[in-house]
Amino acid sequence: MNEKQHVILSVLVANHFGVLMRVSSLFTRRGYNIDSLTVGETNNPEFSRMTITTTVDEDTKEQIVKQLSKIYDVKKIKVMVRENTIEKELMLIKISITNDTRTEIMNAINLYMGKIVDLTPDTVTIEITAEQAKLNDFVKYLEPYGIIELCRTGITAIGRGNDKIFSLE
Amino acid sequence: MKHTGSEILIETLIEQGVDTVFGYPGGNVLKIYDELYKTNKIKHITTSHEQGACHAADGYARSTGKVGVVIATSGPGATNLVTGIATAALDSTPLVAICGNVSTSALGKDSFQEVDIMGVTLPLTKHNYIVKHIQELADTIREAFLIAKSGRCGPVLIDIPQDVQFDVCDFKKKDIVSPIPAPIPSDEDITRAVEMINFSKRPFIYSGGGVVLSGACNELVKLSEEIDAPVGTSMMGLTSIPRKHENFVGMTGMHGRYAATNSMMNSDLIIACGTRFSDRATGNKAKFAANIPILHIDIDQSEINKNIKATHSLVGDLKYILPKLIDGANKQKKPLWHNEIQQYKEFEASKVVPQPDVMTPKNIIEEIQKYTKDDTVIVTDVGQHQMWTTQFYDFIKPRTLLTSGGLGTMGFGLGAAVGASIASGGKTVVLITGDGSFHMNMIELATAVEHKLPIKIFIINNNALGMVKQWQSIFYDNRFSCTLQHKKTDFILAAKAFGAKGFKAENIEELHSYIKEAFSSNEVCVVDCHISSDECVLPMIPPNGSISDIIM
Ligand SMILES: Cc1ncc(C[n+]2csc(CCOP(=O)(O)OP(=O)(O)O)c2C)c(N)n1
Ligand SMILES: [Mg+2]
Repeated sequence: MNEKQHVILSVLVANHFGVLMRVSSLFTRRGYNIDSLTVGETNNPEFSRMTITTTVDEDTKEQIVKQLSKIYDVKKIKVMVRENTIEKELMLIKISITNDTRTEIMNAINLYMGKIVDLTPDTVTIEITAEQAKLNDFVKYLEPYGIIELCRTGITAIGRGNDKIFSLE
Repeated sequence: MKHTGSEILIETLIEQGVDTVFGYPGGNVLKIYDELYKTNKIKHITTSHEQGACHAADGYARSTGKVGVVIATSGPGATNLVTGIATAALDSTPLVAICGNVSTSALGKDSFQEVDIMGVTLPLTKHNYIVKHIQELADTIREAFLIAKSGRCGPVLIDIPQDVQFDVCDFKKKDIVSPIPAPIPSDEDITRAVEMINFSKRPFIYSGGGVVLSGACNELVKLSEEIDAPVGTSMMGLTSIPRKHENFVGMTGMHGRYAATNSMMNSDLIIACGTRFSDRATGNKAKFAANIPILHIDIDQSEINKNIKATHSLVGDLKYILPKLIDGANKQKKPLWHNEIQQYKEFEASKVVPQPDVMTPKNIIEEIQKYTKDDTVIVTDVGQHQMWTTQFYDFIKPRTLLTSGGLGTMGFGLGAAVGASIASGGKTVVLITGDGSFHMNMIELATAVEHKLPIKIFIINNNALGMVKQWQSIFYDNRFSCTLQHKKTDFILAAKAFGAKGFKAENIEELHSYIKEAFSSNEVCVVDCHISSDECVLPMIPPNGSISDIIM
């Protein structure tokens, strides 16, 4: 029961000054680890939606939800159920290429359904959106070719079908 | 009609029922102080230091249940509030702190006396604001009061840049909104709680500060009488039941009574009301009540399962919940359980050494008690003297003990005593302090004297940072690093310098006569009571220990 699990929280927050700091400071202060945190405005400009992922046991998960709900600017919190959730992450990754490696890399990009967004004689920059595990695989695959740099957005997630988390009143 | 920001601030405070504020002026609140100058509806108490003002607002709030208000200028004024705000936060005091800041155009430029006080106090407040638009000011202040006093109370800070104090906009008074209603537990949850209580043959009620804050002390006592359960309290819950009540077994925890902690650990149900199971109260969490069912009732759902796992919990206002439990509970005497508790009490009594008629903490506090009334507010600082006060003073009425429990803030006492005395309209307030703590904020003697507040201050003077020294004697092999005081302060002269009366009591005869003299005077009095620096606070359960480790 108290084994650590990967938890995705969807948090609707008032779009007020400092709200990101309130949420992140709560995690720091109470010693909860954040694996990733993404945030962006919703279709209602008064609210932003955060997706926070963390690896914690059941008790800590319960505390995180309760503590988050005490932040005045936090309006709603939902623990996402994995089977019923689409979770995606976007990555931009820049690889060195040579004449010898070009074809192999292109094949990999096709296989992983990445998109080339910039190409020079000795570099290629790929945009790829997928589940986190797939991105990890992709990185591992490309490592031998020489990763120049990469950046990832962190997970963002939404429920499947009619599963609507928040009504924006 | 258009109003300036500072007018709107004052008008909204009046609208919220504020008639007294504590604070200290400065460059970025000049406009606010100009408005205070013009109104006769708000009394402003200027302290010697913003920390004292914040503790005063806190003491005002703790003794009355109203929201305390403190005002400070930007930068150093604002940072001087920080300890006071944290003190209020950890004891759930409703407080609104108002700071000025530099103008919005000067924010972020390291302007003179600019501090990001919102950032600084973010983890210490229930909520905080910086108001950058005049149109938002009135509603922000209203919301701040609402948050401070709703649910589990706490401090809220509002930072108002100078230009916003000058800007103008329309203002209309609004009615005060009543606090956001507390959650109401379901009937099934109440029924299950009642079943647990009725099933229990050895129930123990553990009462915390939340009982006092919710005004549910009578209900708590009634529940204990109906189900014939002993009541032990945390330090913050001490005034939730009259000390002399036959069901009261004492404070539990680190310096609590043996009978209290032992009854708790031998019970078959702990009914925990308005408490967070602080480490000072529980000791080692793994060993704490490991096999005893716990029914946890609190208004803050995050307290459930935070420190101690509850078997069942009710989230809501005790004032609402306790009567429901009383309705459902079987009224039943439990003589066997009480016989057992009686044995704990007798064992404990057998360990008490008779006090010779000399200057001991117990004798001093019992002597003070001869002159106080049931409703006299007793304030403490932090250290051994604080524990002795909680052990030896017989509290009768709720809200008569003001002490910094959660943060343990030395220097809290005098400011809080000023606030409590102001709130009572000038009644006698007693401060029991230590030589170390009194050094920290004795400057507020000036405030007490200025406002002719009959505060009676008793320094339990062991010429030591006694509590720390006690730990050094037990856990650090008597290496008294920096805890033996070598200060040459003459507290009598100091009292006189501030315009108060000072008395030095070095023996029991002097003590008796000076305590009498202090209470018969209308003035601020300081009685410097000298005790041995070797006095210890006992019993003691060492940190992270359990009842089996108790030192008696
Ligand atoms: C602001 C602050 N600084 C330090 C401490 C640590 N501390 C706890 S009790 C204590 C000694 C207090 O001395 P005194 O006021 O003389 O009380 P006594 O224990 O001697 O009765 C100290 C230093 C504290 N609680 N608060
Ligand atoms: Mg001392």
